[in-house]
Amino acid sequence: MNFWTVTFATLKKDIRLEWRSKDALNSMLFFSLLVVVIFSFSFDPLAEESRHIVGGLVWIAFLFAAVVALNQTWARELRNQVLDAYRVSPAPANALFLAKALGNFIFVSLLEALMAPLFVMFYNLRVLGPAWQLIPITLFGTWALVVNGTFFAAMSVRTRSRELMLPLLLFPISIPAVIAMVEGTTSILTSDDSAHFYIVLLLTYDVVFTTACLALFDTILHAE
Amino acid sequence: MKRAFPILSMLTAILLAYALYQALVVAPADAQQGDVYRIIYYHVPSAWTAFLLFFINFIASVQYLANRKASTQSAARWIVIAIGVIGVVLSFLPQVQEQLKSYGTRPSAMATTVILIPVLYFLIGKWFPGQRLDVLAVTSAEVGVVFCTIVLVTGPIWARPVWGIWWAPGDIRLTSTLVLWLIYVSYLLLRRFSNSAQTQMLAAALAVFGALDVPLVYFSIWFFRTQHPQPIIGGNSGGSIDPHMLDVLMISWTAFLCFAFLVCWSRFRLELLQREVEEAYALESLGVPEAQPSISLPLNRRAQ
Repeated sequence: MNFWTVTFATLKKDIRLEWRSKDALNSMLFFSLLVVVIFSFSFDPLAEESRHIVGGLVWIAFLFAAVVALNQTWARELRNQVLDAYRVSPAPANALFLAKALGNFIFVSLLEALMAPLFVMFYNLRVLGPAWQLIPITLFGTWALVVNGTFFAAMSVRTRSRELMLPLLLFPISIPAVIAMVEGTTSILTSDDSAHFYIVLLLTYDVVFTTACLALFDTILHAE
Repeated sequence: MKRAFPILSMLTAILLAYALYQALVVAPADAQQGDVYRIIYYHVPSAWTAFLLFFINFIASVQYLANRKASTQSAARWIVIAIGVIGVVLSFLPQVQEQLKSYGTRPSAMATTVILIPVLYFLIGKWFPGQRLDVLAVTSAEVGVVFCTIVLVTGPIWARPVWGIWWAPGDIRLTSTLVLWLIYVSYLLLRRFSNSAQTQMLAAALAVFGALDVPLVYFSIWFFRTQHPQPIIGGNSGGSIDPHMLDVLMISWTAFLCFAFLVCWSRFRLELLQREVEEAYALESLGVPEAQPSISLPLNRRAQ
């Protein structure tokens, strides 16, 4: 069976499922909306200092919201023993992983696209630095969250307390990516610093962990 | 072997007491910090021990993953040998030596560290075959977390009177140690929460992820300045340590290493025993009366 055929078939199936149920997207959207609203009560969003913290705030909201979607990635396949069927099928394991990661990437990117205007409104944001650099930071940052998230979701689905385990595994490993995303976004918003270093760092993180995930996913899927 | 345990325990207790006496009484007071600095005789040896244990955990995990297939096993061996050779050759190239000097590291120190990778890899592979690799990984992670906790507790105690703050957020050494601790706590959580059959593979994979993460954490805070005192042992970055202080530090480290070894040893035996008991129960519930799990310890008889 062709690698890419399997990948796109699984991806199409996931997108169709999500399109019909909208489970992950709705819960993610509402969750990040709640984060925005609660944080806007916790401190004055109109103050000039909010420019310095909003980078962290945006990414914390997306990180927590992404966990909601990531948890459903594999939990969905547990019903009717679909995951076991995957395991015995001759389809390459990495095709499955890549499809799941791409699917999550699409969902989380969609969430970010929908939530970004809201952040701009609530926190009265004006970008002082080069705004186009936010695009690579968002793309690489989302992939960094999603690729490890998909991998650790596959790990945590095998443990006893599934939903609880994913953030516990994902957050410590994501710390460098989160630092890069937050610092990069903040330096663009305030135009204090150049964000080049953080973009390169995120790219490195992506390359390193995508390789690691692809190398080890087969082991995780077949671990018995 | 078993008889060596009480002897080693006594030796360790004496050594720890001697190290404490040396640290509190014999070592001279610091020129600037007075007596406060004496906590480094606990802080620094704990840090070195913790890093060593995490390193052992990483090597055991990689080897456990590599041993699944014959092809990856031999590939991993060649990669490890290559790392050793390339590392040693690199550390004596003139350009690299210049670079290392600017960071205050001696080339010989780097070469020794690099050569430790293949040496530890093969020694661990020889001494801990099969499932014992995984037992070693659990043991070193657990004891490593304990020592890392000591580092993270003693650090702020020292920092408060000297820096005036408990914690310096964004500091490169503090943050990377904290993240290392967090990763290994999540590693232990994973081991606790997953089913016994799959735990080994999942945990080994997580250990590899953690090891990949630490250099990235280090780079991600590269731009922040560090408040932590620069290493002055094995480096030539200007400052130097009183030879007397260095002696005390080494005695202290020896005591801590002995202590860590002792704790690891008993934890290792405990974990082995636990697994044998579980295996015996599993075989019993399967109704295999004459099945003899690999008996190595007396507790097995009772379990059967």
